[in-house]
Amino acid sequence: MSLNLTDAISIAKAVKTREVTAVEVVRATLSRIQTRDVELNCFTTVIAEAALADAEKIDNQIEKGEDAGILAGVPFAVKNLFDIKGITTLAGALINAENPVATQDATAIAKLKQAGAILVGALNMDEYAYGFVTENFHYGATRNPNNITCVAGGSSGGSAAAVAAGLVPITLGSDTNGSIRVPAALCGVYGFKPTYGRLSRAGVALFSSSFDHIGPFANSVRDIATVFDVLQGADDKDPVCTTRPPVETRHVASLDNIDGIRIAIADDYFNQKAEPEALAAVQKVAEALNVKDYVTIPEAHRARAAAFIITAAEGANLHLEKLRSRPQNFDPATRDRFLAGALIPSNWYIQAQRFRKWYRDKVREIFQNVDVIIAPTTPISAPLIGQQTMILDGEEILVRPYLGQFTQPLSFIGLPVLSIPIRRPNALPLGVQLIAAPYNEAKIIQVAAYLETLETGFLCH
Amino acid sequence: MEERLEMRVFVEQMALLVDLKLRDEYRDGVITNFERICNVARVVLEFELPEDVEAAPVFEP
Repeated sequence: MSLNLTDAISIAKAVKTREVTAVEVVRATLSRIQTRDVELNCFTTVIAEAALADAEKIDNQIEKGEDAGILAGVPFAVKNLFDIKGITTLAGALINAENPVATQDATAIAKLKQAGAILVGALNMDEYAYGFVTENFHYGATRNPNNITCVAGGSSGGSAAAVAAGLVPITLGSDTNGSIRVPAALCGVYGFKPTYGRLSRAGVALFSSSFDHIGPFANSVRDIATVFDVLQGADDKDPVCTTRPPVETRHVASLDNIDGIRIAIADDYFNQKAEPEALAAVQKVAEALNVKDYVTIPEAHRARAAAFIITAAEGANLHLEKLRSRPQNFDPATRDRFLAGALIPSNWYIQAQRFRKWYRDKVREIFQNVDVIIAPTTPISAPLIGQQTMILDGEEILVRPYLGQFTQPLSFIGLPVLSIPIRRPNALPLGVQLIAAPYNEAKIIQVAAYLETLETGFLCH
Repeated sequence: MEERLEMRVFVEQMALLVDLKLRDEYRDGVITNFERICNVARVVLEFELPEDVEAAPVFEP
């Protein structure tokens, strides 16, 4: 089969025109996972039988002339904190392996299946999503397909690596402080975190509800936009999910202009404490878009600090009972942080939440004059598996929290952000964030799609 | 050294208060992490917020 299995829309088209069957696509996908995932460790569960049965249903629909959906026959996989009917939701934790199986699919999975996509499995992550590396004590490290001695990033590491390795064209992940964007950048794929509340989190194990988002990974803007369109819609089961009408973005992904879109580069905080390569990636994108204006997001360092406090407090509270009764079963990399988070005085948490409101209002003002802001996704490319520290400007710093340096101040106020993959000759990929005002995802998609058409040579894929 | 000692006392007492039993093997790690949280919190707490700024509400009765 000569079909490109890394592109969702191409697969759906080929399945619908009966150039290939959905069963053949799923078989090829399962075979690829079996061959490559031994080394990469993206998957914690593969659901071969159910996937083949679902594929057969799609083929039958097509044979009968029925509409099998925009993603007909497209294989996908999800971070293992999404509920999959009949499977226990691990959320990266050993403790959760004892839980009963989920009785229904998460809303996002149900929506993708309704659009014809076929779920093939669940993907590795940091325990309870508390990390940026996916070096899971219980389920192993997910390796970066670009260099298997390096981390895939996290916490949605399995989701990013599975797409980067071509195991599946689409995956879902979650992002609280950067957990979609960081692994997307380190693996060299697109990772999209829409506006907070835009996509339903029903059936997703939460970490810090103030910041928890879900979103897709893919190899193209067109695939990202299509999945985003499919996933939108109000959902009573998630109190945070918006009732605003959905916005269709896939038609925007086929425009080849950025007329009227005001774009600027984030300076100050977003232009410091990073390796020169990360800043050079932003410059490349800016030059391709002919952008010369800069914009300052005020108090971004404080926003990151406040996000850190809120996450630590909410995460610890969520797992407090288990921290009391069985701390020995936590991943050592998360346990001490959760325990420390349980000791945070309420005043600190409330102050951080109040600061969030102040900061949101300031950033809203910025978006009066600009539509899309460009910033680096991570300050460095993928570190080695097991690497704890690095030297930056002569100072030894912890690598893991540092990876969220540029993502955390943005998810803090729920801005929609797409990390686009930047290819570098003989070096690991990096990412650049395209950031917009809340609910302005379409502008991000338009700019990203335009960049894809430029054939600059620096975008992955 | 003195500050470290006080931090240890705070962590141990606060853990008792919230009914967390800190095992000896975790104690140093928790103290280190709590010190890190304190340093980060300082950045938030030192910022003078206008009094009328409230946390954004999400609760709907």
